[in-house]
Amino acid sequence: MQSDILKLEQLHKNFGGVTAVDNLSLSFAKGEVTSLIGPNGAGKTTVFNLITGFIKPSSGKIIFNGWHLNGKKPHMIAAMGIGRTFQNVQVFSNMTVLENIMVGRHLRSRCGMFFSSVLPPFLRLEENRIRSAAKEWISFLKLDQYADFSAGILPLGNQRMLEIARALALEPNLLLLDEPASGLNARETIAMGELIQKIKSMDITVILVEHDMELVMDISDRVAVINFGRLIAEGTPKEVQQNPDVITAYLGT
Amino acid sequence: MDQPAHILSDILQFIFMGLQRGSIYALAAMGFNMIYNATGIINFAQGEFVVLGGLMMVTLSTALSLSIPVAFVLTTLFVTVVGICMERFTINPVKHPTVLRLIIITIAVSIIIKGAAMCLWGKNSHFMRHFSSSETWEIYGATILPQTIWIIGILLCIVAGYIFFFNYTMTGKCMRACAINRDAARLAGINDRKMVMLSFALSAGIGAIAGIIITPIIQMDYTRGALLGIKGFGAAVLGGLGNSMGAVIAGILIGILEAMAAGYVSSHYMDAIALIILLAVLFVKPSGIFGSAEAMRLKEF
Repeated sequence: MQSDILKLEQLHKNFGGVTAVDNLSLSFAKGEVTSLIGPNGAGKTTVFNLITGFIKPSSGKIIFNGWHLNGKKPHMIAAMGIGRTFQNVQVFSNMTVLENIMVGRHLRSRCGMFFSSVLPPFLRLEENRIRSAAKEWISFLKLDQYADFSAGILPLGNQRMLEIARALALEPNLLLLDEPASGLNARETIAMGELIQKIKSMDITVILVEHDMELVMDISDRVAVINFGRLIAEGTPKEVQQNPDVITAYLGT
Repeated sequence: MDQPAHILSDILQFIFMGLQRGSIYALAAMGFNMIYNATGIINFAQGEFVVLGGLMMVTLSTALSLSIPVAFVLTTLFVTVVGICMERFTINPVKHPTVLRLIIITIAVSIIIKGAAMCLWGKNSHFMRHFSSSETWEIYGATILPQTIWIIGILLCIVAGYIFFFNYTMTGKCMRACAINRDAARLAGINDRKMVMLSFALSAGIGAIAGIIITPIIQMDYTRGALLGIKGFGAAVLGGLGNSMGAVIAGILIGILEAMAAGYVSSHYMDAIALIILLAVLFVKPSGIFGSAEAMRLKEF
């Protein structure tokens, strides 16, 4: 019926007197990788925070798969199928890599909170299922050798992978990646690009905030440019690169 | 006069006494830690959970003459429900929860519970029979009550259950995740408010058990909460706030220090001496014996 998985309609957010997101209307097509780019402080992360329910919009609508997300709590939005990673990696540092992913997967558990705690271990098939599913995600992201390591001691690149694995374990329809390549070296950045392509091929829509333009232009189907919270250009990577407004925003006049 | 055997029996006696009281502080401290990990606040009504457990147990086992195991379970459930109500009606509705606001609410709740306990149970001390016999056993010249064995055994069971819950169940893992990084936990679909409620339920339940097992020894009355709470808090701080295994060891340590202070100095000063030693340790190592300085820096207080 519709090909847009996520729609922002006249989204507006003020922090006190500062307008972080200004009348932003934007649609994200199902199955595509859309990049959200813009100078620092343009409001990209704020858009992510609005979509995932960490902050409430001052006005405007967020519609995901036909549902209104306004007023929903982050955990409910996660349950609806939106996964996200953070700009500064946020793993559960004192837990093992496997446990991190199991927590990411707990929503897919079919038994409730009560039974998951009182049943004796040999009866908790559900937990074993979660464990084996988590292990698959670990293999998918090639973290096998680290499965029992404490997440906090992994190198940054692997923590990023783990964060993505945890978001994927949720089996989202939409994945928001906030600067997945920042702090990664050239080789890791290429691997990240390949990973995002792979995620796309799994029918997961990706919205990417990223400063590495090479990566953005390489893997995006569409690019949206925002500055001062306003949309200034939208289109294929090629169109955007030739847009004079974008050149002005990035290079100054 | 002082033969070596005499000293040995003294030391053993202090250890027994220390284990008896220290186990209670350890349980109270675990309760503090659970709520601290989930919310970052100190729940000053923790001592009141212990008192409620003790008083309710007296009523059920003495006045209603239920058997000890039945009364035990009912009392624990009752106080757990009190803990859940406390979270639902006083913590959850707060619009802008700051640490200070929430702590003041817990102080208010502790005063309310104390007042209610006074109205319901009166100002007298309440007696309760020991779980099994009340005749002491003698081991190398030191005496130990069977109730002390019960206390230590139940403490060990709770520690084992704690480890099992937080490491081997999904709910426990989610609670840990929520304590480590709340935002990331919410993104993983964890309802953080529910986890806070669960932490109140668990710590009320553990507090109740502490009250139930100590009442045959100390005779419970409605004013006991404050001191039990302070000692439990001391144990939690000494063990490193948030570190429950540290808290268990620290709780028993405080218990033994108290027993020694009572034995060598005077029982009038035992509370003071134990707390002075606690202060001295914290001057040297503010993060507690088992706390890490790094974790300390990340916490609000």
